[in-house]
Amino acid sequence: MTSEQRNFVAANSPAATSVPSPDGSGALSTFRICDFTGQLAGAGATKWLAALGAEVIRIEDPVRQGRWDILRGGPPYKDGERGLDRGGAFNNHNAGKYGITLNLRDERAKDILARLIEISDVVSENFAKGVLERWGFGYDRMREIRGDIIYVSNCGFGHVGPYSDFKTWGPIVQAVSGLTFTNGLPDREPAGWGYSYMDHTGGYYMAMAILLALVHRQRTGEGQWVDLACTESALALHGPALLDWTVNGRPSRRDGNPHSNRNAWPPMAPHGIYPCMGDDEWVAIACRDDGDWWRLAGLIAEPWCSEPGFAVHAGRVANQDALDTHLERWTSGRGKFDVQERLRAADVPVAAVQKPQERIDLDPSTEGFGLWPTVQHTVMGDVRVDGQPVHFSETDWEYPRAGPCLGEHNEEVLTSLLGFTPEEVATLAEEGVI
Amino acid sequence: MTALTGLRVVELGSERVAFAAKLLGDMGADVILVEPPGGDPARAYPPFLDDQPGENRSLWWWHYNTSKRGVVIDLDLEEGRERFRQLIASADILLEAEPRQRLAALGLDYDDLSAVRPDLIHVAVTPYGRGDALSDLPATDLTIMAASGPPWSCGYDDHSLPPIRGPMQALHTAQHFAVMSVLTAVLHRGVAGKGQFIDVSMTAACNVTTEAASYSWLVAEQTVQRQTGRHASTRPSGETQQLCADGRYANTGVPPRAPKEFRALLAWLRELGFAEDLPEAVFLEMGANWEGPFELSRLGSDDEVTAIFGAGREALKLIASRLPAQDFFIGCQRAGLAVGVVNSPEEAFEDEHFKARGFQVPLHHDDFDRTITYPGAPYAMRGSPWAISRRAPHLGEHDAEVFGELGETP
Repeated sequence: MTSEQRNFVAANSPAATSVPSPDGSGALSTFRICDFTGQLAGAGATKWLAALGAEVIRIEDPVRQGRWDILRGGPPYKDGERGLDRGGAFNNHNAGKYGITLNLRDERAKDILARLIEISDVVSENFAKGVLERWGFGYDRMREIRGDIIYVSNCGFGHVGPYSDFKTWGPIVQAVSGLTFTNGLPDREPAGWGYSYMDHTGGYYMAMAILLALVHRQRTGEGQWVDLACTESALALHGPALLDWTVNGRPSRRDGNPHSNRNAWPPMAPHGIYPCMGDDEWVAIACRDDGDWWRLAGLIAEPWCSEPGFAVHAGRVANQDALDTHLERWTSGRGKFDVQERLRAADVPVAAVQKPQERIDLDPSTEGFGLWPTVQHTVMGDVRVDGQPVHFSETDWEYPRAGPCLGEHNEEVLTSLLGFTPEEVATLAEEGVI
Repeated sequence: MTALTGLRVVELGSERVAFAAKLLGDMGADVILVEPPGGDPARAYPPFLDDQPGENRSLWWWHYNTSKRGVVIDLDLEEGRERFRQLIASADILLEAEPRQRLAALGLDYDDLSAVRPDLIHVAVTPYGRGDALSDLPATDLTIMAASGPPWSCGYDDHSLPPIRGPMQALHTAQHFAVMSVLTAVLHRGVAGKGQFIDVSMTAACNVTTEAASYSWLVAEQTVQRQTGRHASTRPSGETQQLCADGRYANTGVPPRAPKEFRALLAWLRELGFAEDLPEAVFLEMGANWEGPFELSRLGSDDEVTAIFGAGREALKLIASRLPAQDFFIGCQRAGLAVGVVNSPEEAFEDEHFKARGFQVPLHHDDFDRTITYPGAPYAMRGSPWAISRRAPHLGEHDAEVFGELGETP
């Protein structure tokens, strides 16, 4: 892609219409990230940094055609067309980044990497432990290259501890850290989370760690290594349950638990996801207190609502099974959006369980927030991606480019940042260095 | 020095920002939690110390309010509003989740506060963002999640059972974005000298935290369907949750795919003496002796490859049925397979790995003269220590100290 084309893309990307910063630069535009991350757990972290203006240079292996990242050429595919540069998930997680290739089996590629580290603020990766060391780029070596470098590694069990050599994916992280266990109905096997929640969330913690280290460096001039273990970030999400264990000795593994559509902290009743008319249609209803319940009962106005067992909050909490049976009967004869509309009007917490199409294409709130920007991908053309769920008044996010094709920015990065000539870059490509 | 030493965060107490402020406080920020007279409702959230309710006994409160000082300010009184402005004048960051128009009505919204503190970073967390009237409707963690996608993907193969929500995910996810936003704005302020207003939408945060559910629709207009213990998918996938001999489960993740994985699995099966009991052992052996990588695209169409992969699954199932879940997990990992035991939170907390990493953190509670073990850091930052600097504050515990620092005489 020529720079003219690139400028065209930037100017015409709908995301570029989100509030531009007054001086035309993003919040993080003074920072450069030398980025080895992939999958979602790593790529999600640097996606935030790129959206907020950092220059993220993602490095992939030309020999394996970037396939270390299983999303590289994986589904979903736009218009059903497959290919290495057509991975829908890859594009989603890598919007806003530059992409280069380095064959680190070759000494010349190692020289290029060293020069890139020298002019970068952060090196980020989510390989298994030891991969960067094997290439000759352990933290000590990186620190020799640049004294204040920030190195953030992210793997399932971290680089230290008895399980540090173990392998993980999102579902494994969720299983071992207790998250899988906590989602489910009593007396059934765990439902799990239905997706790699900890790939997303591990990425958020990785982004926080990178930002914290940058703040630390901005204030002290010191770099550091951050050893992020996704399982540990996940375990920290069980705070009150863990204190109930350490203080009261009450385990989460006990009869009747988990019952994760209910709410014990604080107790609410009714509280659950109830069936509605149609195929696999559901609505969530939560009564926080007497006021919510009285308004709901007034709306339903059936005899069971005035049963003595449901008169006070503690009674409704104690009799939730019976309460749910009545409420299910009431919701199941109605459409979920109809229930939503009526309960909203009565000021009772409610929400239809929305399917992807409903929340993406048919929900004015997500569109109004600008949550699904379109990026213009070099091969795929216009593709919508996940936006960021925030807006900054001065330096809002945007994706100035789509996810990179394999090695798409080799020439641009190597010539503009490292002083190579286009001819030299062509030679490096011919000789398999990039 | 910690990463955030000297940065002052003011939190207007709410379950929608408490965690974000804790994360900043544990990294060294000076967090001042402002409660109304009578206290934050979350002080009444179970579980409680020794199961006895009390204003300072909520373990929920303890966890989400570490490393903070607490003051009481009544924003409904002019005197309180003036005190709040003084506090903001000394602050770098405001975290709040007030009803959408409340602060403007009180003369305490970003426009007012940035006049007092021009480089203030003001983060507002609301269900649908500050610009959407839906934020005015009552909402809970459950309803926010239902509206924004995660439960659609979570539950059981049996779709007569309801979708399932991961408790507190809406609260946590929105606050992760609040922290990322604060830190990003702090970096920008460090360079440009400017603060700003940041609008965090809780439903938007969950909407972009659904992995394939969103991008399958965005890219290909396909709808994922929920499945027991595994990813919601546009096409049904094989089971991954195995019941083990002790009644606990393990997640077998991605089954063996490489010859070296089949070799390790076969060796382990033989070591356990189970190989004779597996009718498919012969296919496992074929997998172990396979030359070069498998062509995954041939799975299903090529009988040999299909049989070999099926044998991998059957071998795991057999071993799982005869070993406790923890032993199955360790054995699989030693064979190079990414398998995980389905721990309960306390089982994970007591696991040797997390203990060795220092995840169990003792904290002395002077108020009850007890040392309590807390969960530790979500990241191991080698150069900027994470620490719980103090237990959660009592109501108004630091009024004199904080207002004194602002130059008020008690």
